[in-house]
Amino acid sequence: MTQIKNPLRDGWTLIVKRECATCVMVVPVIARLVRELPSLTVYTQDDPKFPDGIVSISDADLSASWHADIDTVPTLIFREKGIETKRTVGWLRSEWRDLTGIADLGSELPEFRPGCGSMSVDPDVIDKLRVRFGGAVLHSRQIEFASAEDEFEAMFSRGLTDGLPVVPPTPERVMRMLSGTSRLPQEVVAIAPPDLVELTIEKIAINAVMAGCLPEYLPWVIAAVEAICTDEYNIHGVLATTMPVGPVIVCNGPGTRAIGMNSGVNVLGQGNRANLTIGRAVQLIIRNVGGGRPNEVDRASHGHPGKLSFCFAEDETNSPFTSLAVARGFDASQNTVTVFTGEGPRCVVDQLAREPEALAQTLAACLRTVHHPKLPFAFDALLVVSPEHARVFAQANWNRERVLQEIHARLQMPGSEIVRGAGGMAEGVQEAFKDATLPKFRPGGLLLVHAGGVAGLFSSIIGGWVSGATGSDPVTKLVTA
Amino acid sequence: MSNRVILDPTSEKKFTSRELLARPTGLSGQTIGLLDISKARGDIFLNQLESRLTAAGAKVLRFRKPTFTKPAPVDLRHEIATKCTLVIEALAD
Repeated sequence: MTQIKNPLRDGWTLIVKRECATCVMVVPVIARLVRELPSLTVYTQDDPKFPDGIVSISDADLSASWHADIDTVPTLIFREKGIETKRTVGWLRSEWRDLTGIADLGSELPEFRPGCGSMSVDPDVIDKLRVRFGGAVLHSRQIEFASAEDEFEAMFSRGLTDGLPVVPPTPERVMRMLSGTSRLPQEVVAIAPPDLVELTIEKIAINAVMAGCLPEYLPWVIAAVEAICTDEYNIHGVLATTMPVGPVIVCNGPGTRAIGMNSGVNVLGQGNRANLTIGRAVQLIIRNVGGGRPNEVDRASHGHPGKLSFCFAEDETNSPFTSLAVARGFDASQNTVTVFTGEGPRCVVDQLAREPEALAQTLAACLRTVHHPKLPFAFDALLVVSPEHARVFAQANWNRERVLQEIHARLQMPGSEIVRGAGGMAEGVQEAFKDATLPKFRPGGLLLVHAGGVAGLFSSIIGGWVSGATGSDPVTKLVTA
Repeated sequence: MSNRVILDPTSEKKFTSRELLARPTGLSGQTIGLLDISKARGDIFLNQLESRLTAAGAKVLRFRKPTFTKPAPVDLRHEIATKCTLVIEALAD
């Protein structure tokens, strides 16, 4: 693609269109400006004969409008040495007079009339203009489908999807997606496993389009990808393991509400575009850019449905607890993603506990079963506490730290119960630990998030994977525009 | 909006193929590397292999990855490549 040069010159420039009543109204003013401002160039977006009786340049391809960043017509601009120094939009008589220095300009006209929308920001054409004038920033190979090919089927047959249809990543859609970030398309964000290839903002944007993201989701996708591609998180191992786990993305901060993420009813389920498409984009990136595909490097025995997408926001607004992000050292005003390696969620029912001790006992008993009730220390877990369960703790003034501390205290397992063979089960710890007491979770290995619908005395447990330096640590990253 | 032209969502990586070395005619005199990926009980299997290979006249060198969940570090791969004439590689699980 070739970049089209900015046609704007030094001096005065006026951009108008016949379809705009304000532009038509100011025609006598334009005629006077042509006489008094010799450098004036008039561009017309629609009718090349407009304004009547005045020599104008047709801006039918909207290149002048695009480069001048025009969103309203009429717009009057003055440029010196390639830099714009004056601009007025619509018709405001005093401003036109001040700018041009013509004291009695437009005396016969009303004092003020708003302008009209520029054709260059028409939703039907803006994506095409982005590609035509800015498309040179895109470096990816273009794939052209044959005329008889169904583009959706073609993307399946080329192995580019996760098993569901994807949105075709046309240059127009990718340019629109890139408007969601200030980062340059060729910036390398990470080295993506398993193929260890450079992952650029452009490739992320392409896959975000395919996943169905809106541009405002892009910074969240970028942050999540940065997080999983760290050595601490170890997406290579998460992908390659035979265990049924994948990235679980927890989003925090006011931005989750601004982009309409779900932290309430059905928080871990279907139905919310931001939740679903951010998580899906991350998985598509690992598949398409990193080269991680099921039955290739992805060796999971079963996998789980959340490997299509597993992303949600914490309910911070109604939470009695500090958020996960704050607990991990960030400020409540910051937008963050925390990535955790998890299996599918399971439900904890306790509809009777009204005392915090009783609820902690239930949660501990269920958490003990993560992966195997006789396996200590090896796996982390993410506990998603519902508003009704959180209320039981809040009424007793238990904060986040107290809840976790009380659960941990109930998860100290006697070696005699968990050695190999105990309880008739071969799985367990070596005989040497029979007199020891071992914790279910390592310090910091139990993460707590407040989310879910306001009705339901249930919580959810998301079991983890091999924890720590041997496997995966949760990683939190700032989301930046 | 036309969907006829899309941008390639892959890494566009080009894979190069290399010719295999000639197969050895026997194990005698060869230095063979066995890489323990650090999974439980993997050492039991590798001990058996080592004794069989040694009996066949090969010299066996043992290597170990820090964790089975991550690729072998570059330095370890380099060490194996420079010290061994043959490497037995197999997938875990």
